[in-house]
This record gives sequence, structure tokens and C-alpha cells, in this order.
Amino acid sequence: MTILRKEGREKARGAAFYVDDIAFSNLLHGTTVRSSIARGCISGISYLPGVPWDEFTIVTSKDIPGKNCIAHILHDQPCLADGLINHPEEPVVLLAHPDRHVLEKARRLVQIETKELPAVFTIEDSLARKQVIWGADNLFKSLLIEKGNVDSVWAGADRIIEGEYSTGAQEQLYLEPNGMVAKADNLSGVTVWGSMQCPFYVHHALVTALGLQADKVRVIQTETGGGFGGKEDYPSVIATHAALLSLKAGKPVKMIYDRAEDLAATTKRHPSRTRHKTAVSKSGKLLGMEVDFAIDGGAYATISSVVLSRGAIHAAGPYLCPNVRIRGHAVATNSPPNGAFRGFGAPQSIFALERHMDTIAAELGIPPEELRRRNFLHQGDQTATGQVLREKPDMEGLLEKALNAAGYHEKRKAFAEANANPETRVKKGIGFSAFMHGAGFTGSGEKMLASVAAVQATAAGRIEVLASSTEIGQGANTVFAQIVSHALGIPSDWVDVVRPDTSIVPNSGPTVASRTTMIVGKLVENAALGLREVLRQSGRLGLSHTPSDFQQALSTYVREVGPLRSDSTYKQPSHIEWDDMNYRGDAYGTFAWAVYVAEVSVDTVTYETKVDHFVAAQEVGKVIHPMLAAGQIEGGVTQGIGFAIYEEVVNRSGRMANNRLTNYIIPTSMDTPRIQVIFAENPYAHGPQGAKGIGELPLDGAAPAILNAVSFATGAPIHQIPMTPEHLLRALHGAKPEGQQL
Amino acid sequence: MRGDPGNFEVLTPTSLPEALRLMSEAALDQDSPLLKPLAGGTDLMVLMEMGALQCERFLSLHAIDELRSFRPEEDSVAIGAAMTFSRIRTEAILREEFPLLCEAAGQVGALAIQNRGTLGGNIANASPAADSAPALLAYDAELEIVSQSGTRRIPYSAFHTGYKEMQLRPDELIRSILLPRKWKGCHQSFRKVGARAAQAISKVSFAGVLRISDGLIQEARIAMGSVAPTPLRCVHTERALQGKKLDFSAIGRAKEALFKEISPVDDIRSNREYRLRVSLNLIEDFLLSARK
Amino acid sequence: MSAPKKISLHCTVNGEPRELNAYPMARLLDVLREDLRLTGTKEGCGEGECGACAVILNGELVNSCLVPAIQVQGAEILTIEGAANHPIAAQVQEAFLRHGGVQCGICSPGVILAAANLLSHDKAPSEADIRESLAGNLCRCTGYSKIVDSVAYAASDLKGTRS
Repeated sequence: MTILRKEGREKARGAAFYVDDIAFSNLLHGTTVRSSIARGCISGISYLPGVPWDEFTIVTSKDIPGKNCIAHILHDQPCLADGLINHPEEPVVLLAHPDRHVLEKARRLVQIETKELPAVFTIEDSLARKQVIWGADNLFKSLLIEKGNVDSVWAGADRIIEGEYSTGAQEQLYLEPNGMVAKADNLSGVTVWGSMQCPFYVHHALVTALGLQADKVRVIQTETGGGFGGKEDYPSVIATHAALLSLKAGKPVKMIYDRAEDLAATTKRHPSRTRHKTAVSKSGKLLGMEVDFAIDGGAYATISSVVLSRGAIHAAGPYLCPNVRIRGHAVATNSPPNGAFRGFGAPQSIFALERHMDTIAAELGIPPEELRRRNFLHQGDQTATGQVLREKPDMEGLLEKALNAAGYHEKRKAFAEANANPETRVKKGIGFSAFMHGAGFTGSGEKMLASVAAVQATAAGRIEVLASSTEIGQGANTVFAQIVSHALGIPSDWVDVVRPDTSIVPNSGPTVASRTTMIVGKLVENAALGLREVLRQSGRLGLSHTPSDFQQALSTYVREVGPLRSDSTYKQPSHIEWDDMNYRGDAYGTFAWAVYVAEVSVDTVTYETKVDHFVAAQEVGKVIHPMLAAGQIEGGVTQGIGFAIYEEVVNRSGRMANNRLTNYIIPTSMDTPRIQVIFAENPYAHGPQGAKGIGELPLDGAAPAILNAVSFATGAPIHQIPMTPEHLLRALHGAKPEGQQL
Repeated sequence: MRGDPGNFEVLTPTSLPEALRLMSEAALDQDSPLLKPLAGGTDLMVLMEMGALQCERFLSLHAIDELRSFRPEEDSVAIGAAMTFSRIRTEAILREEFPLLCEAAGQVGALAIQNRGTLGGNIANASPAADSAPALLAYDAELEIVSQSGTRRIPYSAFHTGYKEMQLRPDELIRSILLPRKWKGCHQSFRKVGARAAQAISKVSFAGVLRISDGLIQEARIAMGSVAPTPLRCVHTERALQGKKLDFSAIGRAKEALFKEISPVDDIRSNREYRLRVSLNLIEDFLLSARK
Repeated sequence: MSAPKKISLHCTVNGEPRELNAYPMARLLDVLREDLRLTGTKEGCGEGECGACAVILNGELVNSCLVPAIQVQGAEILTIEGAANHPIAAQVQEAFLRHGGVQCGICSPGVILAAANLLSHDKAPSEADIRESLAGNLCRCTGYSKIVDSVAYAASDLKGTRS
């Protein structure tokens, strides 16, 4: 079923209300003064003449009433630097003023005097502890996943194939920059409006830093112009800053990052390095896999430990291998903290694995699709964490569908012939990737969250959905309305989704981890069914009903009995067991499964790669809203195209040097192919109507499919992304002395 | 928004003589800050956003109709300096006789930029990556420069004298860009290599024109962008081709000449290694395609 | 030099004559959002790269972040708020809603105006034409597929109403 996007009309008319659209008559603008060095000590702060400083509200770490930290998993990240600087965009001073132009002038007149300390900028330097910059050993987290005994297989293997792969940082690049408005006073507390994915994360951070009671803090999500993980943890920083300024000024304060600041200071996808050592038989059976996976967390822990978990758990892919050892490390460097980005570690480890699988196939002389076929996981098999697959994945079926839709076999042959002709300037390639993605929080995460969602009746006979899940473009409002409509047999137009406001909605957890439809949607479905049950038991609704019967019953109930609300709390399905100490067991309730195929052209004159066509075939349980679901896949694939060949964060001494949209390159409509989306359905018992999570999946498969295609087209040994033309030139020709190109 | 719009004064003459008078007055008045021409704003407004706009006084050209005119004459065409890229790419005579310029115009930013950006602005912004520059160099463009003291003409190839430096006095305006109508029937090609298909600043750009008759190259024009401190007409490469038969040895000599005459650098968008290699590939590809 | 002064501006916005005071170098974007409170026009980058601030100025698509106020003296401006009363833009809005062209919505005002601008000049654009005419409008949600489809549907809907 396809219903119109709930808030679509307001968006198409420009009437949707985003944070920067908020206006108060006495509004101040806020800005952040940042460090200029990567690591060091602050020896002083001076305010140079040039602006009327008495007109400004100035906040430093001394003005923080609660704990000076941005509360995430750990409390290591200061809200404002107090003596120490650990990355070049570290916030040190906050300023507010009614005129944003005067404010900008003032920002440039704050001088932070520092003593510089040696810094660390790469994964290898951090692992080698060239400097210890965080904790005792620079490690935010290390983990080990073991299955079987990988040490026993090396001696008897026909072949041992090794490879090292790396991926770069990537900016989420939501088109609406981060921003918050805060209104605070000592009596009534603080209210914050803003662009965000996770209202209760922001709430928690505010309570911690401001030292307020939970009921004195209210967080309201405004329409949010994209998130993709980039508005998971960072909004806590801006909200806290805006609230501190507002508290001191006694006036509302708006902080909207401009694009340059947003690019430079906010979180990125973790750069990664993965080493593979794989034992295989001549016939292409995987015998043992040893994987060493490391990610760069930047200066503070943020959520790196869970990014590491997801990345490591996905590192062995949708393959059955009896002996697996995966080591993972999340390390500290003196760059701004990295954070969530769609896929959350999995795109990094899956890129490595799927490039490695093509390498293995080539070494063994087996077609890459055949190598996969010989190793796919099936029902009853155990994954790397020992999770027994209760569901029935059909990777062979997806592989066949995807390859056929792409014309893979014919094209592979035709391209190989055409590429062999030395006159061919534009080489063509086709390649694929096979992968899976676990939906919901990893391991016991959902159990610990214990999310709640609710529905309630209105006197007019409408249903309101109450959840902290945010609409960020993905269609949460629409899907929730559709789930309720389906559960209750009423039109989706009668369902309203209440804007997330921590003073109104229950905590249904963050809007992350492909969990909104599958986990929270299920809670919404259960809450709706619970409400129907109350109506039935009250004798106002029969076992079968028409929509108007239902509406009648609802309004009668509200009139005669009073408010009607039904809550549903997450209960972990009984089959899920997870050992967090040893990384053993059911890492996820279920997985989505997929095979993606990319067709590319590589211009050998300019080394530019263009993705000409793309097929994305996946099994995601039941598809609730086909148009929204396809939109998620198409958007995710396009971000994956960026990850693969366009998007490079140029890191110079910890600072993003290309922090403008002119220089940080995301695909335009002319760089993006037609994306053919294929859904196979296999309903999941614990998802609403059988749905599984879908949001992150498409990011995982695009980059390896594209790079496998580029490798086929050019023969270049490609081990790193982004594969910009400059990198492809190097991969093809090596570093030659000048003049030899002639 | 890091610049303050309240810091800038803008004059808006409605005729060219008035504009030139204002420019002249500003140039003579030692106490007055310089007056900088403002056309479509596609470069200057970006600098203001970044808080990097140095000049304080502007002369907006938008109300001067004369600067937007297109005047075809028998031997040449005159493109008004304030003509936008959108108009350039759709002007029939230009499409017919100066396709490289139209292709370049069609690859400036994207449509909304082409609707505002002007040819004169692209020239006076003096970036080595200016999209229109290689085509203008390859077509032997001349600039018609005016001031209160008169009009002068200068070959475009002599206009840029160093990185962001040009032969333009503070009291002068570029009035028009003149292109001789002598390139019909020539083999010609333009290539912009940016980081993506649209909204890109060139990493390397190339324009080449060859007049071939009797199996010999009678005339060659090779020009490149983003490989030197200024847009570069590659005269040594042209000389290596002039009067030659277009065979592999000529191609090899052209590549050698080009290798010596360009001086690309590493920057935020690309690197010397890539620019050098791609430049050589582009000339080779151009010359090979001319053999077909 | 005397300090720059605000100038008085007359222009027509969405069919209504407006009188304003603004600095000559004020961005049209800020004039629309702050002085006229037409907040449907969005700021995504401030440097003409993303197209979120696109409006139609005298019949041409422009990035309002790059247009100084002084250059809109006497001009006619169409913003997303006026699209519903513009026959082509209204059809484009409807198509975007029906065919998945809108996700987070922040690029939508600019994209819809860019599409309306295209269909004002070309009644039957090819897919390549559509992609080229939207290349200055970055979208991070859709991967452009459903945007391109929406524009194609709008074109065929318009053809239906015209014939």
C-alpha cells in the first residue's frame, strides 16, 4: 500500500517548520569559538578590542552548572574545553549577541593562547601509541569474536589469501545544517527546539551539563532536513551550548551552524583499516577467516564502541565459515570525534570483505558469483558470533535476481572483449557485492533501552501516535500512520503522529540502527492493538468493525469514560540471547539480506569513474510502503556511490581542509544512475506486518559493488576508498617519476 | 554568513559613460577605497559569505544594457562582458561557430549559476580554473577594454600576467570579448575535468583547435586551465604541431612540449601528478581523435 | 567614505508588490527569509552549490544566496510560497508529493522551483534534460530517482491538462 507522505504537502509548499525558521523578538544568536591547534593546553583567553564586549553574553567552562561533559556512553568529551585541547575544532568559548554580523566579528576577536602538544592523526600511529592521547592506551574499545579455531586451519589450507583495505571519513551531509534554539531560565528550566534524530539523547545531555531535574528540561524536534546518523549525537553539543548561553543571557538563543562549521566540526563516518587473512580450499570453500578491523574514533569516545561492534560483527559477511577470529579496535586520534553515519561501521568492514572475496575468486580462478554461492549462510547455520539463523535467507535467489536484472553475465563477457581492444578509451565494468545487515541495536541493546511507544484517542475519534522516533525524511510519520491504520482497520488519514517533544512522548529510543519501523513500529502496532482491546472489552467495539464503527466507539469512549491511551514496552523475543562479554550469540533479532550490482565506465584519459546503472536486490521482511522503501534504497545507494568514488575528507593535522560544498563532493543528479530496486519478501515474526529494518542496508553494498566493477574494468588493484580519479591513477600506474608518462 | 552586508557600498550606474566616470573618480581619489565591478555575483557573493570579501565599494553592472549586448559583425563577434553563460550557450551563431565556448558555458556550475555568471566576470575574476578561459584562448579572443580615456584592445592571451593578476587598470572595465570568425570547419574539442559532472571547479581543462588541410596542420591552438598560475595558451605545443603531419611522432613532440610548458600544483582539489598525466592524456586523445 | 546605507527596494514577490529597506549587498535569501518572513526558501551552503535557496527571478532560476538585494530592484520573484498559484509549479508540487520526490523536504523548495523552471521552457524534457536542469540542486535523501520521476510525471500531467 502506498499512502501520501504525512508531512509531504507542508514540505512541498515550503511551509514545514525547521529550526532556522524560528523567530523570537528578543532572540540572540550564538556562536562557538574553537581551538586552532589539534592538541595542547590553554594558557589564556583574550578578548581583543573591536566590538562592544559589554553587549555580549560570554560562556566558558566556568559557567557550566552541571558536569562539564557531553553525556554519551562515556563522559569524556567536555562541553567546553577546560585547560586541555584534544582536537582542532574543540569548543572553548561561546558568544551570544542580537546581531549575527557583530557576533561573527567578535568570534574572530577572541584569542585563545595555547601551548601545543604532539598529536596523533592516523589509526596506525594511535595503535603504535606514538603519543598516548586518550586513556592508558588510546583504545576506546577492543573486542574479539571467535568461532572454531582459526589457528588450526592455516597449515592444511590449499590457499591463504591476505589483503588490507581502508575506507575514508565521510560526511553525512544532511542538506539542513545542524542547529538549535534554546530558551532557558533558572525558574522554569530549559526548552530546546532543533534538528535532531534522538530527542532523549539531547535531553540526557542537557540534564547532565545543566545539572537540572529531568522535568525541567524539554526537548522538541523541529522538522529535520536529513540526519543519516549526523544528528544522532552531535545535536547534544549544540543544544547544550545554546542552553548555556540562554541560561546566562536570560533570552532565547539560536545557534545555527553554517556549512563550513558543520563540515569542519561535526561527526563523520569513522575511517577504517581492515586486514584479512583467509584460508580457502581449492574448490573455494572458506576454511578460516582472520580479520583485524580498526576504526578512527577521533578525539573522544562518543559512540565509537558501538560502531566498532556493528562493524566487527558484519566483518565476516553472509558466509558460513567454521573458523573465524575478528579483532576490533576503536582508536583515538586528535581529529574531531567521528560518529554515526548510516551503516555504522558495517559499510567499512563489508567493503573490505567484498573486495577481498573478489580477490580470492580471482586467485582461485573461480567466478566471483560462484565463490559466494559456495559459501552463503543458510537456515540453521551459525554466523561468526555463533548466532543460529532461525530465518531462511535466500542469498542464492537474491544473487540470481540481481545478476539477471543487471544482465551481468552478458555484460561481463561483452565488456571484457571491448576492454581488450587498446583503442577503447572508456573501459566498462560490472561487479557486485553480497551482504547482510542486522536491524535494531546490537546484542542486548534493545533490551536495555526498553523502549515505549503509545497511541491515544482524541475526542474527535482520531488516533495519535506518541513516540520519540523522529521523522527525518525517511518516512517515520507515514509508516507509523500506516501501521496503525492496518492494525485498526481505519484510514491512515485518521492517524496523527505527534511531534516528538520529551514532555509529551514516551522514550521510544533513538532514531538510529534501522530500528524505527521494525522495533518502534512494532511497539506502535502493539499499542494500537491494545487500544482496540480496551474498546472491545468496554463493549463499544465488536470483533469485526468498519472504520466508522471504530471512530464511533473511540469518541464514545473518550466522552463517556475519559482519556484513552495505550502504551507498549519492548520485550525481547525469547529466542534472542547475547553474551556481551564474549560477543557470542544473537547479535541481532534478524538480518536484511542483499545483493547489489554496479555497472561502471572508467575513462582512461581522465581516470573518472561513472556509475552507469545499479541494481539493488534485497530481502527486508515485509515491505510496508513500497515507495518510501524504494526511496530509502535509492538514497542509500547514492550515498554509497559518494562513499566509493567522490567523497573525500581532506584531513590536515586533524582539521578538515575541504570544508565547503565546492570541495567536498557529493553526487549530483548527473552523477547518479537509474537505480533498479528489487524487493523479495520474507516476513519477520517480530516486525510490524513482518517488516525488518531497512535504513542502513543500502549503504553497505554500493561501494564494494562499484569497486569490484572498477577493478574488472581496469584490472587495478583497489584496496581503498574513496577511489577518486587521483587514487585510481596511482592504482593503475603506480608512482612514476615525472616525465615517464610521455 | 561570515561577511557583513552592511559593510559594503554599491553604486548602480545605468549607462556605460556614467559607470566609467564613477570608476575614474574612484581611481583618482586617493582617499576613496577602490571601486570593484560587480556583475552576476557568483564569485563575489561567495567571498562575502566566507567573510573574505576585501573590497568595500562595488559598481553594479546589472543596469547597463550595453554590456549585455551580442554584436555579430562580418569578421568577428562581440560578446558583451555582462552576457550570462545561459545566453552564451544558446546563442545560435556561437553554437555554430564557437562550440567550445558554448560547451564551456554549459559546464559552468549548474543552471542557476549560468543564469547569473557572466563572461566578463569569469575573465576578471582571473582564476586559472575559469571555465571559459581555454576556449577564449583557443579562439584568439581579444578584450575590448574601456575607460574614460578611451578604448583599447588586448589579446586575451596577454591579459593575465600572474596568479589573479591582469592588465586592467582600476578605472577600466571590460566592455566586450571579441572572437574572430575564422574557426568554422576546424577540428575542435573542449574538455573540463572536474570532480563531478556538474557544480564542479575544474581540476584540468582543455581546449584545442586544429585547421588541417592537405594532410598538414595549418594552424593549431591549444589552451588549458588549472595547470599554471593563469589560464595558459600552450604556444610551444602549438609550435610543435604547426605545419606538421598529424602522425605519432608529432603527437609525441606535442606531449613533450606540453609537459615542459605546464606547471600544475597540488591543491585542495587535485594534485600535480594527476593534472600532469591527464593533461598529457587529453592532448593525446585530442590529436588521436583528429586523425579519425 | 560615508557608511553604507540601506536602500529602498521595490519588487514583486509571488505576485504582490513589496517595499523594503535593505543593504545593497544583503543576500536576496536573507531579504526573503528575514524581512519578508518567507522561510520556505532554505539555506544549505551559502555559496551557490546546493540550490536549496533557489528562486525564480525575472523568469530565471537563481540561487538567492548569491543575489545582492540591489540587483532585484523592480524585479519579479517567485518563491516556493507562491508556487501553489503558479500553474506549472503547482503541478510539480503535486507530482512530488505523489511520486516520492519529497523526503526530508529541505531541498524540496529549490528542486520544485528548478523543475517548474524547466517545464516552463520545455514541455517534454528527456531524462537527461531533467537531470541536467536539476544538477544545481543537491539532494542527499532520494538519490534523485524519485525526483526525476516526479518531474517526468509533472510533465505528462501538464500535457494532459493542456490538450
